Amino acid sequence: MLARLRREFDITDVILYLIGVILMVSIAYGSYVTITSGKYTSAQWTNFVLFGLAQGGIYALIALGYTMVYGILGMINFAHGDFFMMGGFAAFFVAAALAQAGFLETNPFLSVALMMLGAMIVAATVAVLAERIAYRPLRRAPRLVPLITAIGVSYFLQYTARGLFGSGVKAFPNIPAFTGAWQVGTIAVQKSQVAVFVVTTILLVFLYFLIQRTKIGRAIRSVAEDKDAAALMGVDVDRTIAITFLIGGTMAGAAGVMYGIVFRQASFIMGFIPGLKAFTSAVLGGIGNITGAVLGGLTLGVVESIGPSLFLDGLGIPSPHQLKDGIAFTVLVLILIFRPTGILGERLAKRA
Amino acid sequence: MTQRPFRLIDAIRWGVYGGIAVVLIALIGMVQAFSNKGIVADRVTMSQVLVFGLIAAVALMTSGRAAATKPRLIIPAGILAGGTVALFPALLALLITQVNLRSVLLNASPELADLLLPGNANDLVSALQLVALGGAFGFAVGALTRVPARVRRSLVSAGVGVILIGLLQAVFVVIIPDSWRQFLYKANGLSTNGAIALFIVLTVLDYAWLRGRPLTQQQIGRLSAGRRRVLRMVVTLIMLGILAVLPQLLGPFLSEVADIIGIYIIMGMGLNIVVGFAGLLDLGYVAFFAIGAYTMAVLTTPELPVVRNVIPQLNFWEALPFALLISFVSGVLLGIPVLKTRGDYLAIITLGFGEIIRLLVLSDAFKPILGGAQGITGVARPRVGDITVVNPQQFFYPILAGILIAWFITARLKISRLGRAWMAIREDEDVAAAMGINLVGYKLMAFATGATLAGLGGALFGSKLGSMVPASFNVLVSINVLALLIVGGMGSLPGVIVGAAALIGLPELLREFSEFRWWVYGIVLVAMMIFKPEGLWPEATRLRELHEFETPVPVETAEETETAAVPA
Amino acid sequence: MSQNHNHILLAHKVSKRFGGLQALTDLDIAVAFHAIHSVIGPNGAGKTTFFNCITGFYKPEEGEILFRGQPIQGMSPDRVAALGIARTYQNIRLFTNVTVLENVLVGMHRRLHTGWFGAVLRTPTTRREEKKAIKEAMELLRFVELADKADYIAKNLPYGEQRRLEIARALAGNPDLLLLDEPTAGMNPKETEDTMALIQRLREEMKITILLIEHDMRVVMNISDIITVLDFGKKIAEGDPLAIRTNPQVIEAYLGRGAAAGKDYGARTTAAVEG
Repeated sequence: MLARLRREFDITDVILYLIGVILMVSIAYGSYVTITSGKYTSAQWTNFVLFGLAQGGIYALIALGYTMVYGILGMINFAHGDFFMMGGFAAFFVAAALAQAGFLETNPFLSVALMMLGAMIVAATVAVLAERIAYRPLRRAPRLVPLITAIGVSYFLQYTARGLFGSGVKAFPNIPAFTGAWQVGTIAVQKSQVAVFVVTTILLVFLYFLIQRTKIGRAIRSVAEDKDAAALMGVDVDRTIAITFLIGGTMAGAAGVMYGIVFRQASFIMGFIPGLKAFTSAVLGGIGNITGAVLGGLTLGVVESIGPSLFLDGLGIPSPHQLKDGIAFTVLVLILIFRPTGILGERLAKRA
Repeated sequence: MTQRPFRLIDAIRWGVYGGIAVVLIALIGMVQAFSNKGIVADRVTMSQVLVFGLIAAVALMTSGRAAATKPRLIIPAGILAGGTVALFPALLALLITQVNLRSVLLNASPELADLLLPGNANDLVSALQLVALGGAFGFAVGALTRVPARVRRSLVSAGVGVILIGLLQAVFVVIIPDSWRQFLYKANGLSTNGAIALFIVLTVLDYAWLRGRPLTQQQIGRLSAGRRRVLRMVVTLIMLGILAVLPQLLGPFLSEVADIIGIYIIMGMGLNIVVGFAGLLDLGYVAFFAIGAYTMAVLTTPELPVVRNVIPQLNFWEALPFALLISFVSGVLLGIPVLKTRGDYLAIITLGFGEIIRLLVLSDAFKPILGGAQGITGVARPRVGDITVVNPQQFFYPILAGILIAWFITARLKISRLGRAWMAIREDEDVAAAMGINLVGYKLMAFATGATLAGLGGALFGSKLGSMVPASFNVLVSINVLALLIVGGMGSLPGVIVGAAALIGLPELLREFSEFRWWVYGIVLVAMMIFKPEGLWPEATRLRELHEFETPVPVETAEETETAAVPA
Repeated sequence: MSQNHNHILLAHKVSKRFGGLQALTDLDIAVAFHAIHSVIGPNGAGKTTFFNCITGFYKPEEGEILFRGQPIQGMSPDRVAALGIARTYQNIRLFTNVTVLENVLVGMHRRLHTGWFGAVLRTPTTRREEKKAIKEAMELLRFVELADKADYIAKNLPYGEQRRLEIARALAGNPDLLLLDEPTAGMNPKETEDTMALIQRLREEMKITILLIEHDMRVVMNISDIITVLDFGKKIAEGDPLAIRTNPQVIEAYLGRGAAAGKDYGARTTAAVEG
């Protein structure tokens, strides 16, 4: 047994597991302290979870784009978070215009639908253009090249938005129908969170059918499996990839609206951190795996929402909510150490 | 591959693309920001150069394509392309004088319309004037295509040269003799006579250089190995001599810029090992820069009582080894989890790392040790003998020393067994492992060496500023370093210097530009990857590697195929 | 196990699965010292999978692989290589953008010792080592008749020479066991002839044991001491060329598949079997 361990592991593995175990132990200890101290009520925990699910829904919508593009091109599209940002701005301007016309108050549901439409069209257009202009010429380039290109696209989009719309944070107009909370027993359920949850579910079901049941979905799956074979079978590979970006962009646009409803803001850097976390969600669920992206997004949302109170507070860290963004990252490192294929396992295209 | 003959619709198509680019540049605010920057005083502003430069570029490309297949269409193509490009800003100007778009597009102001349109009235007539001007410009450029290639190249180079010399007025007024300065420059831009003279001189010089270069190269090639070595040593000595007196030549303001460039060169050298040699895309590079800077600050500041109770206050030289050591150790510790995973995850995980370091520094939890959002002041300056190195002219020397050390280390590593192992990992990980190369070990070595050099840059940076705030260490620093590597050429040492001078120096010198630097970097990254992945000063290997996917043909036929494979 | 003394490599009941696909089943192979041992079988029989299990790229679920009596299954590829196992690839995998010489020098990696400080300071030891490495690399290139192309960029070599360079690179690590994955694939008869001679010289002059995957039956029958036949991840026959040529199961495996998947294999095998 020991011989086998010596054969199959080396010092870096030991350090790696040590890091992992230390992280796990601190998390467990922190949680234990918090729970036994009874600092938070069960209603508070429920609220954390509900907020986490809403946020996780947004991550899931963004993560879908990462995971689909990774599945089909084997490339991390850094700019995906910025498609989401563009969607957010589109939603903001539609909302602002509707608010000015008074339409937002009288017809809140139709207004949100219009915001969705605007955001989806803008984000999808940006995604398709980015693919066409920046990524397509580099299909067969060494792997570093498309990654760097994607970073370039990301910065181009961020600073285009900054130049066009300004560097300040835009505050969304108030949508009365989505503000406030329903009281369910002792728990206050935010209406905006419910809205996000409903919309996300509808979109995911729609996407599931699109991928599993339609001709386009079959084409996407076959290109992800093997581009050359798909081309031989008469699938238009370039078009399929463009459609993948279109779908990913559409979802990111929807996420931009959801973000606007929950957090009520849009800014040119809003894509960076959610993008990073959505990627984490995709890896958490198993990159390339669409169901995994959704599961990963929801899990990450919840962990991140309860995390600062649960483990950081218990460890005696002052103002734990400042370190919230660190949690997603810690989760990412832990998955990579203990289960690099994610919760559901990867569905990767064969890569040369 | 047969080329489709050129049609005039192509000119319109490219004109539309160019026009959209002009509109974008106008709407993100570049035209307005640059309108105060004179190139030729009272005659040509930077924003005009920008707009007409784009028109020229599109017209040049279009007429070039026409020249390849349909020479008789050259002039019409130029006119059409130029006119089409100009049509877009003209329409934009008319639109924003009629409709208020400012609630959405911040820069769509009447002032923008004024800047875009010639003449005083923003009406249809001036819009048409702009289109006609574009067409005329296109005609001129088209006519240029008829000029012999060599002369054309010299003319274009000279034009770009004049613009650059006008743009970098701040540099040139310091380093050229007074009498020249009075002839060449006015308060805001070149004098008209100066610009014309400069254009003529540059054209002649460029032409002579193009003619003379092959001859000189031949002569150098004929020298014996020993002589060539002597020649190289003489050139190196002259360059070192210039570097030694550079701060005096440059004066305080430009020395400050040189210092910043220098710190980025040190970081670039480090990232070059990670990305250029070993092929590991590290986007959290700023983390190590921050670690070096903060180690220096924490160890040398008189503030932070919590730390001072435990560790005595050190001076710069005592703290420097610790800064390097801690950067190195964190390189190893952060490296292990990320380097064990698949290559393409690395980029995004390191991106996360960079963000985490910033969060930790900002947090209240670490405030007693790291100073929190207010940062740390009172960072020690290096002392050499009795002199405390404070001003930018003095600080040039420790930074120069850092660059030379970084250069020495990277150059030596590159040609060693380690350099070869990194090359193998970059080219094919599986095969590298089958050669007995311990992937994690060698990746860690690259990662940690890069981290240490970033730490060196950070320590110098912290000491130079004398104080630091967390805001200096955001992810944009990593992007700066990556972009300068790519522009210079990944894996190439001179490329780092060229890249840093261009991408760090330019925004420092042109305050008007600094707001748009990352927008331009974004475009530069994409454009470099598509058109010139090997960078401006490539390393020989990288050049071959990156062009492989374009011309997958054996070498015998490569030459003829390359000329034939120009995309239609 | 007495076999340890005369076998350089022993595979014992090695099994490898990919999801539901059983790529190797209870495979036993014993490779004798200084043998030329061929592994043949139809496409997808598990030959390359077996190579990948030996070299550490795959970890077999079951079974044991002993190299000089030491278990190596599950070891990382670089440690396997360090023990003295080198390989070539079915689809040549050179470092295409560097010179021929540099390719061989990388192959020498495990025998050189320059570390970080040695490289940066360029100590006398480092200089000596580099000098010696280059000298030996040139000798190897002479051995595979590529010495005059040392400065060429690897991808600019013609196909046959790329194959030879890959062998030279594998040899640079001074292996005791060399795994060759279809070394004559895509070669013309003349090149195939040369490669066969080269393989024999490897054994005679360098005392290297050779494990060979090959489709060209003429090569296999001519140079092998012993042949193992795989089909669907199982060993169906083993013996000297004569025994294999007349083994009904082998003919069945090749012909049966040949009839279904294309005439090519059937024709080639029949020719070999009859010739």
